[in-house]
Amino acid sequence: MKNFQLVKASTRESAIATIAKDETATFIAGGTNLIDLMKKRVTEPDRLIDINGLEFGKIIDADGKIRIGALAKNSEVAQEKIICKKQPLLSMALDAGASQQIRNMATVGGNMMQRTRCPYFYNPDMPCNKREPKSGCGAKEGFNRMHAIFGASDSCIAVHPSDMCIALAALDAIVLVDGPKGERRIPFTEFHRLPGELPEKDNTLERTELITAIEIPDNNYEKNVHYLKIRDRTSYAFALVSVAVALDIDKGNIREARLALGGVAHKPWRLFEVENYLKGKPATENTFREAARMSVQGAKGFGGNDFKIKLTPNAVSEALAIAASK
Amino acid sequence: MKNDIGHRETSVKQMLISGAPIFRIAQLPNFISHVATHLIRHFMADNTPNDTYNGGSDDMARRDFLKKSGMLTAFALAPPSVLAAADQKICDKVADFLETMPLNIQINGTKHTLQVEPRTTLLDLLRENLELTGTKKGCDHGQCGACTVHVNGSRVLSCLTLAAMQQNAEVTTIEGLSDGKKLHPMQEAFIKYDGFQCGYCTPGQIMSGIACIKEGHAGSREEISEYMSGNICRCGAYNNIVDAIEEVKKGGKLS
Repeated sequence: MKNFQLVKASTRESAIATIAKDETATFIAGGTNLIDLMKKRVTEPDRLIDINGLEFGKIIDADGKIRIGALAKNSEVAQEKIICKKQPLLSMALDAGASQQIRNMATVGGNMMQRTRCPYFYNPDMPCNKREPKSGCGAKEGFNRMHAIFGASDSCIAVHPSDMCIALAALDAIVLVDGPKGERRIPFTEFHRLPGELPEKDNTLERTELITAIEIPDNNYEKNVHYLKIRDRTSYAFALVSVAVALDIDKGNIREARLALGGVAHKPWRLFEVENYLKGKPATENTFREAARMSVQGAKGFGGNDFKIKLTPNAVSEALAIAASK
Repeated sequence: MKNDIGHRETSVKQMLISGAPIFRIAQLPNFISHVATHLIRHFMADNTPNDTYNGGSDDMARRDFLKKSGMLTAFALAPPSVLAAADQKICDKVADFLETMPLNIQINGTKHTLQVEPRTTLLDLLRENLELTGTKKGCDHGQCGACTVHVNGSRVLSCLTLAAMQQNAEVTTIEGLSDGKKLHPMQEAFIKYDGFQCGYCTPGQIMSGIACIKEGHAGSREEISEYMSGNICRCGAYNNIVDAIEEVKKGGKLS
């Protein structure tokens, strides 16, 4: 690892002022992804700004709206009583990610900022437009078993790796950020972006902005929810395909539905059309099968990942059935 | 991190060729820092005394080195960012950049006051600086769990933890578990149930297993397997590891 300067931010203002002054600086919280990337020399910041001393608040329930401070650890959020009771989908998704050691270290804000696990991105000897703009994409005609079937571009077919983010996208969460121009709120579904011609940009956060908290609006997704993660081994592996489902069922009919996919796109892939279809329909196998069929409309494989176009609808109908049966 | 060792060896060769005094490898990064800082100050015609950074006793050696070695060698040793900073005449920034950081940390009950490079991981600090080699380096990328230790009571991966960010932390490693010659119940259970073959992953498995019980994640064999999934055992002693954790959990000695 290249050496760097480490500074500890004592206030939110000084953290933002420090990063605004220094283009080679980056924030560090849990560090579970950043330190790995630095060891591999994928990223080589000259200065790290340690934000762990900042006060972003704990997990609170404000009239049904849940607010989670950006520095809350993944394991802490997954086990928090209020999350398990009111937003169990988030708890399930968090527990499906990484290992307990990593969940003890990783923060909510850091989880959102983690980079793709595309092997071409991780190997500085390989071409990768995300790591080195205009160097090409090794995955498109290479090893692309883990890659995107939705929203890919000519320059990048990588996928977003988080589980937590898939649940937060489904739950209409809001990202609270602070920066030199002041605070702003970003809808979770607009936080991560598709690669387009700028694959080096994973999200819409400005370089000088800092995630301070996540808000989850009040909802009725306490019971009929499920996070189904399909992967190469039972635990501690990234998703081939994952499905976050939240259903509000009243007397056998679906009042509201939320559906998002992981492992298939450069961002959490929300299925708005399928949600609209499910609204008002009976929670039956036929409904779920039709929803599953709709879920892969517009999907495109690159050879190695063609199997995801078959796997995704099967995972969607399975996740819907499990959620409905709870 | 392998590259770093390679880099240090190259530096030793360069110094031998240039006739510089020979230092212990462990001192090299510090030494290089001193030289680079000194050189930059020299180029910037800044005659302030060098008392703002560590050192003192090796000042003469450093001056000798500067006399004997060509500028090129010293420049080869300085990271490019230092040279860039020198161009911009940001002397303080350069000095800061090269500085090691003070660290107060408690390991297995013993307080340590140390100077560490920002890039030193907790794993390297334990193994290379403090000679606590019980904690193992497996993948060094957070994928195998061999480096698992407890920091402030929570199991973490020491390979992905920067030591300098653990100010005043309380760290427990495998060396800190036994009470003299009396083994920890988890160590006893691993022996009783043959929870290992080659033993390389074992310190990480034991640290993780203890935390697994304390967290309340050892309610069933399935739950133990799930919450131990961050610890890979290439020999495949998984069933025996679960047996050992289950017995300690049932024994109720940890809670």
